[in-house]
Amino acid sequence: MPEQLVFAMEVTLNGLMAGVLYALVALGFVLIYKASGIFNYAQGVMALFAAMTLVGIMQGQVPFSHVINAVFGGHVTHFGWNVPGVLAIALTVAVMVLLAWLVQVLVMKHLVGQEPIILFMATIGLAYFLEGVADLMWGSEIKTLDVGLPQGINLWIDETTFNMFGYGFFIDNLDIVATVIAALLVAGLVAFSQYTKQGRAMRAVADDHQAALSVGISLNFIWVLVWSVAGFVALVAGIVWGTKSGVQFSLSLIALKALPVLMLGGFTSIPGAIVGGLIIGVGEKLFEFAIGPMVGGATENWFAYVLALIFLVFRPQGLFGEKIIERV
Amino acid sequence: MLDNSESYVTEDGRTIGGVVMEMKNITLRFGGVVAIKDISFDIREGEIRAIIGPNGAGKSSMLNVISGFYVPQEGEVWFRGSRRPQMRPYEVARQGIARTFQNIALFDGMSVLDNVMTGRLNYMKTGLFSQALWKGKAEKEETENREIVERVIDFLEIQHIRKTPVARLPYGLKKRVELARALAAEPKLLLLDEPMAGMNVEEKEDMSRFILDVNDEFGTTIALIEHDMGVVMDLSDRVVVMDYGKKIGDGTPDEVRNNQDVIDAYLGVSHD
Repeated sequence: MPEQLVFAMEVTLNGLMAGVLYALVALGFVLIYKASGIFNYAQGVMALFAAMTLVGIMQGQVPFSHVINAVFGGHVTHFGWNVPGVLAIALTVAVMVLLAWLVQVLVMKHLVGQEPIILFMATIGLAYFLEGVADLMWGSEIKTLDVGLPQGINLWIDETTFNMFGYGFFIDNLDIVATVIAALLVAGLVAFSQYTKQGRAMRAVADDHQAALSVGISLNFIWVLVWSVAGFVALVAGIVWGTKSGVQFSLSLIALKALPVLMLGGFTSIPGAIVGGLIIGVGEKLFEFAIGPMVGGATENWFAYVLALIFLVFRPQGLFGEKIIERV
Repeated sequence: MLDNSESYVTEDGRTIGGVVMEMKNITLRFGGVVAIKDISFDIREGEIRAIIGPNGAGKSSMLNVISGFYVPQEGEVWFRGSRRPQMRPYEVARQGIARTFQNIALFDGMSVLDNVMTGRLNYMKTGLFSQALWKGKAEKEETENREIVERVIDFLEIQHIRKTPVARLPYGLKKRVELARALAAEPKLLLLDEPMAGMNVEEKEDMSRFILDVNDEFGTTIALIEHDMGVVMDLSDRVVVMDYGKKIGDGTPDEVRNNQDVIDAYLGVSHD
């Protein structure tokens, strides 16, 4: 087999893996959008907040230590203990549920029946607020996150491909784990929204607040639930991305990468988020590989957005989105 | 006058029971506008009770007070023998009061079947985790609720559109799906806000037939708002007439038809 083709195969595989990571973030958006009609701009920041909280708890950091030290003149930074990964994840889930409840009581509760654009604006506010809180609470230095996910080159794939093509593929174990996690997450969430009482109530609330009330659904409860699910998905994305590239504030920018994925896949489709993520992952890697050298490289920075732009012009509802039909 | 708990039998052989719901001196204001002014009336078990009146009379407001969407400034709401504390709409729904809306409020993204199933949400008790695992109890519960839903769907003759997303349905059918969702909750009191608004003659006849059948078959107590006088007189056992937020008549269709205030409100009165 020609060397170029083998290399292209490796690039494609790596692209698929990167695509899964994009899809993981995009999923958070789609789920909240489908369940509540809210485009949650804060999803990326929530992933950052979740990852920082997780690291903070694991390392036994004192929350708001900067504030405490500034006010009382102390030098507390750590409790001096380490919390094992599983327990820390459970505690972080609890923090995210608490956050969901606060968002509901302080913000969303007062916006019942408002236009989607108002709710969207509220999530922008939430994003900036949460970013500030994350900084105050856990500090702004870059931290490493290690909850025990396997990392590094997968030797089995390396060896097998070496025997087949005389050239070993470099596939990161973490990417494989991320793929499995994403698959489980999607299966779980689809089952939840389609087959459970709470899932049905969630879809009902997304469609019509008044009608939901009239069949006895408590909006308060469902919204806390929706935001808790959003927090959980954010935590999963935060763990995977945080393990991959460290927990830092630029993590909140991965949300930006999710936007082209959503435009490709459609805002309302879970398969769309996955396929969109994969197309962008593979597309940008292959483009960089094939065209990149001709235009001086660094095409990965803009490829996804240009692709999204093309889609907006020719197919605004995305590949899998609901077709926009207006009856007159 | 009948006593509150007394029952009687109508000409067509249905038994009307004691009072299920009583509105006492309800007053509702929006800022300076008085939408409902000191109105009292009751609804008896098993009857079809109509609220009629010209546009802006406060009929929908009254229905919204009953279903908890509006909270009156004054007055008491009595339901099944006890005074109802101030409640949110979803709590009222859980008490067994189902309703439809003047401008249809359905879950557009869901199929007809799923829409009607939401009416059963409060009957489903199993928790999140057993449902997620789809184990015995949850499955049995889903099947039982599904049976009731299928019966309602059969009854309202919407089997052929069971799997259709609601957004694609024509207006008349949407109204029927909304009625199905309300019925699926097996309500103790069913509120219909202009069930026949915007329908053609044929659709109106269908809907009238369904309302009568529901009342006859399940003994459901129904309170409805309607503009079409002919329909109201044919359907209902007793009628409340409202005008400018006040009650101007209350009684059987015949009594109301001959009430001078009612005639004036509907036909206008000369000021010479």
